[in-house]
Amino acid sequence: MIQVRNLKKTFGPKVAVNGVSFTVEKGEVLGFLGPNGAGKSTTMRMITGFIPPTEGEVKIGGHSIVDQPIEAKRLIGYLPENAPSYADMTVLGFLTFTAELRGLSGAGQKKAVERVVEMCFLENVLHQSVETLSKGYRHRTCFAQSIIHDPEVLILDEPTDGLDPNQKHEVRTLIRRMGEKKAIIFSTHILEEVEAVCSRAIIIDRGTIVANGTPSELKQRSAHAGAVTVRIGEGSAAAVKGKLDGLNLVERAVVIGESPATVRAFPRKQVGSEDLARAISDVALKERWSLLELHTEEGRLDEVFRSITLPDTKASKEEAK
Amino acid sequence: MKPIITIAKRELSGYFASPVAFVFIVIFLLLSGFFTFMVAGFFERGQASLEAFFAWHPWLYLFLVPAVGMRMWSEERRLGTIELLLTMPVTPWQAIVGKFIAAWAVVGLALALTFPVWITVNYLGNPDNGVIFAGYLGSFLMGGAYLAITAMTSAMTRNQVVAFIVSVVLSLFLILAGYPPVTDLLVQWAKPWLVDGIAAFSVMSHFESIQKGVLDSRDLLYFLSVIGFSLFTTGVIVRAHRAG
Ligand SMILES: Nc1ncnc2c1ncn2[C@@H]1O[C@H](COP(=O)(O)OP(=O)(O)OP(=O)(O)O)[C@@H](O)[C@H]1O
Ligand SMILES: [Mg+2]
Repeated sequence: MIQVRNLKKTFGPKVAVNGVSFTVEKGEVLGFLGPNGAGKSTTMRMITGFIPPTEGEVKIGGHSIVDQPIEAKRLIGYLPENAPSYADMTVLGFLTFTAELRGLSGAGQKKAVERVVEMCFLENVLHQSVETLSKGYRHRTCFAQSIIHDPEVLILDEPTDGLDPNQKHEVRTLIRRMGEKKAIIFSTHILEEVEAVCSRAIIIDRGTIVANGTPSELKQRSAHAGAVTVRIGEGSAAAVKGKLDGLNLVERAVVIGESPATVRAFPRKQVGSEDLARAISDVALKERWSLLELHTEEGRLDEVFRSITLPDTKASKEEAK
Repeated sequence: MKPIITIAKRELSGYFASPVAFVFIVIFLLLSGFFTFMVAGFFERGQASLEAFFAWHPWLYLFLVPAVGMRMWSEERRLGTIELLLTMPVTPWQAIVGKFIAAWAVVGLALALTFPVWITVNYLGNPDNGVIFAGYLGSFLMGGAYLAITAMTSAMTRNQVVAFIVSVVLSLFLILAGYPPVTDLLVQWAKPWLVDGIAAFSVMSHFESIQKGVLDSRDLLYFLSVIGFSLFTTGVIVRAHRAG
C-alpha cells in the first residue's frame, strides 16, 4: 500500500532524511521510532505529499505522490505533528469541513462525522470552538479528522501526544483495530506503545534507518536479551556469581545487587536461553539456594533504542554493565 | 470546483466568526461616508454623480484591503493548518482561488452596502447610472487587485503584521505610479514616454478611466492581470515554502 524508495530530503546544506526505503502493506502497523530531529516528521511529510522529496519516490496504492497527488492523497488520512486545526471553528464545523473536502456530502457526510465523534469521544465539545479546547481534545479533534473518510492509509505523527492515560489506551486500541484492515504508519516516543500496537518497527537516526523488524526481533538485539537473572534470599552475591561463572554455558556473570543477592548470567554464543535457565536452576537446587526469582531477560526496547541511537562511547559503556 | 467552494465557504465563515469582516465593513462605510460627504463636499458640488465617492476608494482600500487579506495564508502557516489543507485531495491552486474568492466577497459586500449613496444621488438628481455601475465595477476590481497582492505577501510570512505592511507598500507604489502630483514631479526629470509607461502600471489611471464610464477592455485586462499575476506568484511561494 505504501512504498517508499530511497527517500531523501535536504534543507539547504542539512540532510534531514537520507535514503529511507520501506513498504507497508494492508494489515500492518509500522511504528516509527527515533530521537528528536531524526527525520520522522520530515519523512511523513514527504509521504503525505506536504513537502516534495529531494530524491526518491513515494507510492500510495500505486499512485506516485508527486505525479498523481490527488489520487494518492484521497487514500491517505494524516494527523500532522502538533495536531493543527482551525482555531476559529467549532469541532463540528471543522469535522464537517474536512469531510466535505474529502468529497463526502449529504447523509454520508453526516454519518461519517457522527462515527468519528463517537470514536474519539467528542460529543461533549461538539459546539465548542477549537481555540478553547484543552490540548488533548484538540489532538483528538485532529485525529478524528484523519479517519473521517475511513482511509486505507493512515499516517499519524505522535497520535498519543498529550492524551491522558485512558485516552492513550483508547487510541492504541483503535490503531490496533484499524491496523487489521489498513496500512498504518505512526511515530511515537513511547516505546511500550510500539510493543502494544505495532506489527513492525523502524528506528531512524540522523535521517537513516538503523533498525527494522518486529518488536520482538528488535528486543533480541538488546545486550541483555537471553541473559538469565537470579535473585536469592540469603548468601552473598559474590558466592552466587562464582558458582554461575563456573558453569560452562555461561560466558560471564555480573552482580546486579546485594541483599537480596541478584546476579545476571550471560550465555555463551550459540547457547539457548532455555538451556541456560535449566542449568542455573539445577545449580540452585544443588546448592539449596532459596530462590526468589529466576527469569530470562527478553531484552528491552528502550535499551535497544539507546544502544542504537546514542553515540557509541556512552552507549557501549552502559551496555557493559 | 467543489473544493474551491468548500474552502471559500470555510474562509467566509472564518471572516464572520472573527470580527475581521464586521470591522472592515463598518470602518469602510464610516470612512467612505466621511470622505464623501465631509471632505469632498458631496452636496456642495451640486452634481448628480458619485465621483466624489469613488475618488477616495484607492486610498481607503490601501489600508483596509490588506487588513482583510493579511490572514489569508500567514494564519494558515502560523497555525500549521497549511499542512492539513495541502495534504487534502486539493490542489494548491484550488486553495488559493477559494481563499481569494472569500476575501473578495467580503470586499464586495462592503461595497454593496454603500447602496444608500446610490439611492441618495438618484433621489436628488438624475445621474448616469451606467457610469455609476462602471464605478462600482472598477472599485470592485481594484479591491480584488489589492487583495491578490495581499494574498501574495501573506503567503511569504507567518507574521500578519509583516504581510500587512508589505502589501500596503506594494499597493501604495501601484497608486503613486499614476497619481498626478507624483507624475507631474517625475515629468521634470524623466522622459514623458517613461512616465507614461510607469503610469500604465498604476491602478490610478485605470481606475479613473473606468470611473468615467468607459469600460475599456485594456483597463479590465489590467486589473485581471494584476490579480492573475499575484495569485500565480502566491502559488509559486506556497510551493516554494513547502520545499523548505
Ligand atoms: N523546514 C525546515 N527547514 C530546515 N530544517 C528543517 C525543516 N524541517 C525539518 N528540519 C530539520 O530536519 C531534521 C529532522 O526534523 P524532523 O522534524 O523530521 O524530526 P523528528 O524526527 O520528527 O523529531 P521529533 O521527534 O522532535 O519530532 C531536524 O534536524 C530539523 O531541524
Ligand atoms: Mg516529529
